[in-house]
Amino acid sequence: MDKQESHNNTTLKLSELKPGDRCKVLKISGKGSIIRRIFDIGVRSGAEILVERVAPLGDPVEFKLEGFHLSLRKEEAENIIVEVISS
Amino acid sequence: MNLKANNKSNTDKKDSERKKIVVAVAGNPNSGKTTLFNGITGSSQRVGNYPGVTVEKKTGHRIYKNYNITFVDLPGTYSLSAYSLEEMVARDYILSEKPDVVVDVIDSSNLERNLYLASQILELDVPMIMALNMTDEVRKLGIRIDIELLTQLLASPAVETVASREIGLTDLLDTIIEVVENSTVTNVNINYGEEMEKAITELIPLIEKNEVLSKKYPSRWTALKLLENDPEITRMAEEDSQIVELADNQRKRIEKRLGDDTELYIADRRYGFVNGICKETVQTVHKSRKDVTEKIDTVLANRVLGLPIFLFMMWATFQLTFTLGVYPMDWLDAGFGYLGDFLSSVMPEGHFQSLIVDGIIGGVGGVLIFLPNILLLFLAIAFLEDTGYMARAAFIMDKVMHSIGLHGKSFMPMLIGFGCSVPAIMATRGLENEKDRLTTMLIIPLMSCGAKLPVYVLLAGAFFPEQAGNIIFLIYIFGILLAIFVAMLLKKFYFHGPGTPFVMELPPYRVPTLKSVLLHMWRRAVMYLQKAGTIILAASVVVWFITTFPPPWASSQNENAIPTQGNMISENVEQADIELQTASDKISNSMAGHLGRFIEPVIKPIGFDWKTGIALITGFAAKEVVVSTLGTVYALGETDEESVELKDALKRDPHFTPLVAFCLMIFTLIYVPCMAAMAVLYRESGSMKWTWFTIGYTTLLAWIVTFIIYQGGMLLNVS
Repeated sequence: MDKQESHNNTTLKLSELKPGDRCKVLKISGKGSIIRRIFDIGVRSGAEILVERVAPLGDPVEFKLEGFHLSLRKEEAENIIVEVISS
Repeated sequence: MNLKANNKSNTDKKDSERKKIVVAVAGNPNSGKTTLFNGITGSSQRVGNYPGVTVEKKTGHRIYKNYNITFVDLPGTYSLSAYSLEEMVARDYILSEKPDVVVDVIDSSNLERNLYLASQILELDVPMIMALNMTDEVRKLGIRIDIELLTQLLASPAVETVASREIGLTDLLDTIIEVVENSTVTNVNINYGEEMEKAITELIPLIEKNEVLSKKYPSRWTALKLLENDPEITRMAEEDSQIVELADNQRKRIEKRLGDDTELYIADRRYGFVNGICKETVQTVHKSRKDVTEKIDTVLANRVLGLPIFLFMMWATFQLTFTLGVYPMDWLDAGFGYLGDFLSSVMPEGHFQSLIVDGIIGGVGGVLIFLPNILLLFLAIAFLEDTGYMARAAFIMDKVMHSIGLHGKSFMPMLIGFGCSVPAIMATRGLENEKDRLTTMLIIPLMSCGAKLPVYVLLAGAFFPEQAGNIIFLIYIFGILLAIFVAMLLKKFYFHGPGTPFVMELPPYRVPTLKSVLLHMWRRAVMYLQKAGTIILAASVVVWFITTFPPPWASSQNENAIPTQGNMISENVEQADIELQTASDKISNSMAGHLGRFIEPVIKPIGFDWKTGIALITGFAAKEVVVSTLGTVYALGETDEESVELKDALKRDPHFTPLVAFCLMIFTLIYVPCMAAMAVLYRESGSMKWTWFTIGYTTLLAWIVTFIIYQGGMLLNVS
């Protein structure tokens, strides 16, 4: 598990990224069904994510992961702590 | 099991000699599970619900070699936790029904996530077969999977399939038989790490002593679930304080030691296991180019173009259903008309003829004419779903629907509600979450459906000739606002708790197979005919009965209440209209007429008299019947919304003011949905409670809203 406490400036919430940004999942925080579902659908620590696009009305956001595309609301993406790879 | 119920197809004498096998089909959403199921079972499918929930259950049969194989299509899931209803249903089915084999349909292009589910099925101690689906796509992507090694590592056979082209299905059937004949459950245990394994080992003896748990569930799995704090299993173990205590202590100990939630820790270990298997079995031969789906989405899900394209798609669906559907609808309508005329001419006159012609053909025919609409609508929906566009539609509309506590996918059924509630309620099947599905079903009746339109056209045309269009538009908008209001109330007071996560996969675009689309459409149609048909038949007979016969306590010569109205009308009708007058008297004297007068005190405060009361009662059969009943009560012949005579008759009735007309439109919009809609609501929600709730809340809401408008209008003297 990722125990790095180093909150440098590249550690962000997934919801804070812009389309075109690429990142790596550090940790999924929080509890409950939403977190579990995010995990079960294939977002795990270590997974690489590309922010693909924002929906026409501003929410949700589409992400690309290895092997599939995923849509999350911003409030759900807030639970995913990532490290930016490129933007 | 409905093994017995469904051997119409493929029946022959030897049926009893065939060995019966039950196969559960599991898999991720979009793994091609349904296509595979369709491919194997063809037209032998039955659709129902799992007991007590709104989750769809599909079963189908296949006679193969000397076996009669029943396939149960489990809901598509990513996992088998207790967090979503679909997952609970899938897991409960496997655990309590104990199918002979579980076939896990795997999207080979996303092996890792799909094996995550497979690893959980394995822990349920049932024989499993992996159907590695879409292997053609995988090859194109330049990925190679070592099937033999995979079989070996998971101790479960794997079969390559391309369900959309029906490739590999016989291999799969052979493998099913092979597994059933040499049934040996091989345990593949995932190692959850020292701490966890220690806790599991300590828990198992206690679990084995507990009869409830050990009879139903595999012990290791139960131990794991207890450590995970799985709500369902923890509840099952509740009474055994020893188990609960040990599990709690161990969980706390582990969480302290690992500094992480046990649940996520277990999931992570499982993922690690799966990841290891993938590393060993998957080989990427060459990298592929940007895929087609991404190209399509740059247009269809585009920030600017996405919304207009979506609106166009919805418009096209609506047009296809309700504009193209009008033609076959008219043919059916005419057909039922001829049938009625024909039967009237050959059958002796009397109550029996009236029951058949007016009651049954009129009532059931009135509902059957929606069949073309339903077929066309589901054709369109099946197409949108199977191509993958529906997920994009939800993506685009989610922001709007989320603001009223619903999911993006609720939009489509609500839109369809403007055409007809029946297919709209059926379309909620696309919604995964039960709360969302119920909320959507419950508010659909507030959409102004096609059958309410004749009522609006009649009344707005008669009383607001200059403003008819605006008034009707206002009523449509009012319905939408009410629906939003009710959805918010339901969310706040009943379906509270965390909203539905939107976490949704956007599947790759695919060319749908004709077979899948047609099956999808056909199943819905059959369901509509069978289930709604029986209830509607019964209700039609009831409505006919109460509009035909006077109540048993009334004398045949009814005295009061009718003459005044008779006089008023007879001024403007020729004597030849005695027949119509008789019809008017008949309905006035009938049970419905008495009921109308009986409820008059209740509807008086909202501006209606007993004549309107009768129309409202018969309107339960179908909303457009409000118009024809008003015609009968006012002693006019065949009337429709364009009928000048009816408009004149209403306008001449001093009681009917524009305010009353407006109130009647509002009341018709809101009050109890028609019986076809209620039959389908019952069928789809599987709950008498929610059906009565809908009947109750709509009628109460209608009364309150109309009361405010009527009394307010009277105060302000709008009339």
